[in-house]
Amino acid sequence: MTPDSGAAAPSVASPLADTARIALVGNPNSGKTALFNALTGSRQKVANYAGVTVERKEGVLTAPSGRQIRVLDLPGTYSLRARSPDEAVTRDAVLGKLAGEDAPQALVCVADATNLRLVLRLALELKQVGRPFVLALNMFDIAQRQGLRIDVERLSTEIGAPIVTTVATRKRGLPELLDKVEALVDRQTLTADNAWHEPSPAEIRAAHAEAQRIFKACVKPPERPDTVTGKIDGVLLHPVAGLVILLGLLFVMFQAVFTWATPAMDGIDAGFAALIELTNASLPKGLLTSFIADGLIAGVGSVLVFLPQILILFFFILLLEDSGYMARAAFLMDKIMGGAGLHGRAFIPLLSSFACAIPGIMSTRVIDNRQDRLTTILVAPLMTCSARIPVYTLIIGAFIPQQTVWGVLSLQGLVMFGLYASGIISALLVSFVIRRIFWRGAVEPFMMELPTYRWPEPRNVLMNLWTRARIFMSRAGRIILPLMVLVWVLSTFPYPPEGATGPAIDYSIAGRIGQFLAPLMAPIGFNWQMTVALIPGMAAREVAVAVLGTVYAVGGEDGETGALSTLLKNQWSLASALSFLAWYVFAPQCLPTLGVVKRETNSWVWPTIMFVYMVSLAYIAAFITYHVAVALGAG
Amino acid sequence: MSEAFVLSPEFNPAGTATGVRPLASAGRGERGVIVKVTGHSGAAEAVVAEELERRLLEMGFVEGASIEVLHEGLFGRDPIAVRVDDTRVALRRREAGAISVKFDGR
Ligand SMILES: Nc1nc2c(ncn2[C@@H]2O[C@H](COP(=O)(O)OP(=O)(O)O)[C@@H](O)[C@H]2O)c(=O)[nH]1
Repeated sequence: MTPDSGAAAPSVASPLADTARIALVGNPNSGKTALFNALTGSRQKVANYAGVTVERKEGVLTAPSGRQIRVLDLPGTYSLRARSPDEAVTRDAVLGKLAGEDAPQALVCVADATNLRLVLRLALELKQVGRPFVLALNMFDIAQRQGLRIDVERLSTEIGAPIVTTVATRKRGLPELLDKVEALVDRQTLTADNAWHEPSPAEIRAAHAEAQRIFKACVKPPERPDTVTGKIDGVLLHPVAGLVILLGLLFVMFQAVFTWATPAMDGIDAGFAALIELTNASLPKGLLTSFIADGLIAGVGSVLVFLPQILILFFFILLLEDSGYMARAAFLMDKIMGGAGLHGRAFIPLLSSFACAIPGIMSTRVIDNRQDRLTTILVAPLMTCSARIPVYTLIIGAFIPQQTVWGVLSLQGLVMFGLYASGIISALLVSFVIRRIFWRGAVEPFMMELPTYRWPEPRNVLMNLWTRARIFMSRAGRIILPLMVLVWVLSTFPYPPEGATGPAIDYSIAGRIGQFLAPLMAPIGFNWQMTVALIPGMAAREVAVAVLGTVYAVGGEDGETGALSTLLKNQWSLASALSFLAWYVFAPQCLPTLGVVKRETNSWVWPTIMFVYMVSLAYIAAFITYHVAVALGAG
Repeated sequence: MSEAFVLSPEFNPAGTATGVRPLASAGRGERGVIVKVTGHSGAAEAVVAEELERRLLEMGFVEGASIEVLHEGLFGRDPIAVRVDDTRVALRRREAGAISVKFDGR
């Protein structure tokens, strides 16, 4: 956040004195995000709240009156009682107690007009707080289509707040909404002193009864209630058909992620390779050039290359979320994931982790319970991310013969599949063990509203996609870049002595660490070149491929995997190669992931635990693989 | 893990009034009216009883609300999707143990 002097010390003369601050609150699926997008358009800023890893979304808009209004989009909630860090932010922001935030001058309570029961109770809670608010009856188009009749005037009197009807996706009702908001801001008074406190069960019952009374008095049941959702659910939530459809959807999604993204990824790869070449050609040879080309540009490239996959994945996830299917997926998966001690909502983060664990770990924020969230974070990197693919492809291409088994299946494909399956199975086993041994017994309730199905709005989806891409880029970039620089330093210094014959990396710190660790890795069949490749490979898994090229000094250029794979075939035994694959299934070969875990958990404890358990698993798996392979004659 | 849903013997939130059973025992298509919501699901929960009760209430599981079981999961017929008044909610049978329902036609 930029320090806004005017907001901190309001003075009449300040040009910012005319900036109003409002916040959006509401139930999940009420169209709050759509309303926020409609209000602020592209003028949004996403950051974190001070000290907590909860996303802070703020945007600015200019009201018809010319006044600037800063809009804060608060996490969706059913009550002001906080159950998760997200909901704590909502509560504190509404109460004006959020550290480092100015209290909003007015609130907009966003309600799904077709689903008012639960939000009315939230509105009553807001009334207790005493901060002026407007109730936005959103999705009013759907309410009208259903022939739902709402006595807006009466409702307004009953809850003591002005009401506007809106259609966020069509930008309808926004001027009226801003009018009412400005009127509240101008009055500048709290409607009452804050009388809100954590309600007891009895108080919730009373509030619910009151909300029910208001609902009955003001809302006539719809003449044409939605029957489509029930019919669709009849298929999509069918115990068997539902699961089959979910698996089919996942299959299509994976196909898309891996096939659609390839051209874009190749393009980005080629673009960065050209940029590196251009830098090397146009700048004088030396340390600075190497830093810019191999440290910075290669570093940015290694992040950007995954962007196409991540965008496609996010695109699907957004479609599934906006249509209302995601809650169904969690429903269908809950029992299966629950068996391994995971929450149904862990499904999405783990799915994302197939592209990259970093967005996966970032999206564990949807899980309320801390232990559930930590378990999910800990196992997310076991999902086979796309950075492993280059490594797998290289080794499989070099060592696994291109033959078919049982007439139809390619052996190489089978090995690839086996590696994916090991990742998934071990993730389930690890979370099972974590649950059984460390966090015994108690299970977090699983309770989720299943929203009405809706056609996703393309504009809204694209805008949310853009927001998520920006968040990923800025967060990942801030963590990955410094690490890439660090790894560059380690693999560059010190220089090889005059007249040295081996590749320069052998003499660097990374090379020395590798050689130092080599005896430790000998029992799992790694030679020292393999061990050296692991060190820069900590920056990102796929970097190991390039480093192997360097260590074996293949033509000096990377990209010549053909030559490299022939060379590896001559240098490594099959047992070593299989052991290397096993290592890569488990090893925490990705510092950025550890960095993101540190950020998301606000502590070094969890990245440390993750590192230790993954290294141990990797070592054990590689050890067993190596020795079994040797015993079978593959040494 | 398909830990069977077991209710402890002393767990009988709504007494033995006729036709009143925990929602946890309901099958697909059963309808009724909620008669009692407690925080005691009869299973080990990560949250204290009062918290569970509050969460259920906040999702609309209140005494007097009409309820219908819409869908069941494949394994152990768990979790279940129910209609509470006019909201659709998914929950596990274990939490549904804290809700007593007077079912129709019994
Ligand atoms: N027809 C209609 N759909 C809406 C309206 N507002 C939001 N939606 C859709 O409702 C779904 C959920 O909206 P979203 O903003 O993600 O809800 P949130 O969970 O409250 O942030 C999306 O598919 C939106 O496109 C509206 O006023 N009318």
